[in-house]
Amino acid sequence: MVASTSNGLKRVVIEPVTRVEGHGKVTLLLDEQNKVHQARLHIVEFRGFERFIQGRPFWEVPVLVQRLCGICPVSHHLAAAKAMDRIVGGEQLTPTAEKMRRLMHYGQFFQSHALHFFHLVSPDLLFGFDADVAIRNVIGVAAKYPDLAVQGVMMRKYGQEIILRTAGKKIHGTGAIPGGVNKNLSIAERDFLLKDAEQMLTWARGALKLAKDYTLAHLDELRDFGSFESNHLSLIGASGELDLYHGGLRAITATGEKIFDHVDYQRYLDYIAEEVRPWSYMKFPFIKSLGPERGWYRVGPLARLNTADRIDTPEAEAARQEFMAVTQGKPNNISMAYHWARMIELLHSMEKIHALLHDRDLQGTDLVVRGPRREETVGLIEAPRGTLFHHYVVNKDDQIVRANLIVSTTNNNEPMNRAVQKVAQDHLSGRQLTEGLLNRIEVAIRAYDPCLSCATHALGRMPLEVELLAADGTRLDRRSRG
Amino acid sequence: MSATVEFTIDGKEIPAQPGQTILEAAQQAGVYIPRLCWCKGLVPHGSCRVCTVLVNGRPQAACTQPVAPGVVVENNTEKVTALRRNIIEMLFVEGNHFCMFCEKSGNCELQALAYRFGITAPKYPYLFPQRDVDASHPDVLLDRNRCILCGRCVRASRDVDGKHVFDFVGRGPHKRIAVNAAARLAETDLKVADKAVEVCPVGAILKKRVGYAVPVGQRQYDQQPIGSDIEAAPAGGR
Repeated sequence: MVASTSNGLKRVVIEPVTRVEGHGKVTLLLDEQNKVHQARLHIVEFRGFERFIQGRPFWEVPVLVQRLCGICPVSHHLAAAKAMDRIVGGEQLTPTAEKMRRLMHYGQFFQSHALHFFHLVSPDLLFGFDADVAIRNVIGVAAKYPDLAVQGVMMRKYGQEIILRTAGKKIHGTGAIPGGVNKNLSIAERDFLLKDAEQMLTWARGALKLAKDYTLAHLDELRDFGSFESNHLSLIGASGELDLYHGGLRAITATGEKIFDHVDYQRYLDYIAEEVRPWSYMKFPFIKSLGPERGWYRVGPLARLNTADRIDTPEAEAARQEFMAVTQGKPNNISMAYHWARMIELLHSMEKIHALLHDRDLQGTDLVVRGPRREETVGLIEAPRGTLFHHYVVNKDDQIVRANLIVSTTNNNEPMNRAVQKVAQDHLSGRQLTEGLLNRIEVAIRAYDPCLSCATHALGRMPLEVELLAADGTRLDRRSRG
Repeated sequence: MSATVEFTIDGKEIPAQPGQTILEAAQQAGVYIPRLCWCKGLVPHGSCRVCTVLVNGRPQAACTQPVAPGVVVENNTEKVTALRRNIIEMLFVEGNHFCMFCEKSGNCELQALAYRFGITAPKYPYLFPQRDVDASHPDVLLDRNRCILCGRCVRASRDVDGKHVFDFVGRGPHKRIAVNAAARLAETDLKVADKAVEVCPVGAILKKRVGYAVPVGQRQYDQQPIGSDIEAAPAGGR
């Protein structure tokens, strides 16, 4: 995976990028003074789901397509189910069905955000970007901060327990079906989940404080770390509130002006297009009215906090106001602020879970609705990593004939590349490469919590090899781990 | 009804009436003999060979072999179990069985047998055959990827529904289930309430738009292995 280039530049490859979901690599092109000429994040996997679900019956899709991922399959399950609701004319869900799906979704947010923060990111924050790689990992966290490690595991477990009781399985369940759900929440299941709810709220508050304190304490360093101005996009509730399950599309500029607002996502193709670049398997979405050069945008926790006017749970709303105060109420464009934003969402999800568990609608028995049949449909949801688009066309025989998925990480493709370029230029350019310096590139990527294949689960230490080649192709430096 | 024939299965005395098959007599006595092509209410077919037992040491299909006085039948023994495991594994690799998203999962007799026999992955290479899906019928889906050629639908349509919607065509590896029409299932007189639709042991013939209506945990084989009903309540089961 290492090569010298025809224009005399050195090519450095970080492969694979570690402590992210999925497999990717970073390439850097350096000149003889180690000045960075180009930095790119490449996605090296190809999935093909859009092709091989063709011909399958539509009701199978929410269960089939979630196999894209083992971390947030619920996102794909629900996005596809929302799409199929419209195929059976059942998009006006019963209260029980919508609340069961929301509970499933918040459970997933809780486990996914906890996994990312505690297992994947905390080593960088607790030990520093340049710390000895032997301790800068989840095992190091467990040794030095055992309470935090246990919290991370138990919070993830709690989220999975919610998914089990709403989807039928902890991973790859069947709970959401076209027009509704296939089960409600029994009293026994509710009581089981309520038992630990207060503890989870407490731990979520602690995780939020950790992320906030870290960000504020290091703000001078982080403000510019892999940061850049960008547009932001997310779903938004009817009154402008953060809504992770449903709403209209809102896009804003880096300074907060609205590009579009409350857009019915059935018409997303009027607003969003995708650019293909020859060096990546992942497409580059952009806002049509601004074009590919200026129309790229960020999604995920940072974007959601920026687009939302408010959060409808009290503790997360108070946290949001503190968060927005850092940038005087304007959109926050600091890449590393993703972590703080993510932990605000962690607390928001747990507040929502807590409230839902006290809602008697979850014990209702009216689970499915049907209405006039449609043949084309779009399902959108805010996945932990950002806005997730599912678009299907179904023929009269009930088979999928066309599908288009824009997964969350795809939306963040250009931003992640910008972050890599910024860190490479600010921190690596002209310097002798060290593991710690290269880790800074990965730190910037991790802020986005990418799920690079939306399928594989690359947790833990993976083999990493970086070679520095001179302009004539001779090896000047080599570092490896794993 | 008094028993007039006695024989043994794995050393246990089994009472039976003359003319019964070994499988029927075993079931009446609370002994489960695994089966796939056999289905209550249909004439036995003897094609899947999952019910193979050793009768006086010789392999026989228990669903078609009549009882005989004094015969010694081996059912739940190491040797017979090994034979059956091989048959089940071959059924998996000869089709395209993806349990992870199949709506029949949890209610599928082939999957349930694999679980009962502790098969986590077949040892034979997958053949990944090219099979097609016939979604033309308004209420019934025919997914040949999952067909195991048990012939239940053929017999049910012919003998119970009186329609002859399904039949086999081709031989050997090219054998497939066909419909009694120029091209597609929609052109037959199949109705969703037909016995032929109900009896499929796998996810090859499905009622449309039912999907995953039954949650995980409440499906037929979620709690107890296949055959447990027979072992718990003799004369029960499918």
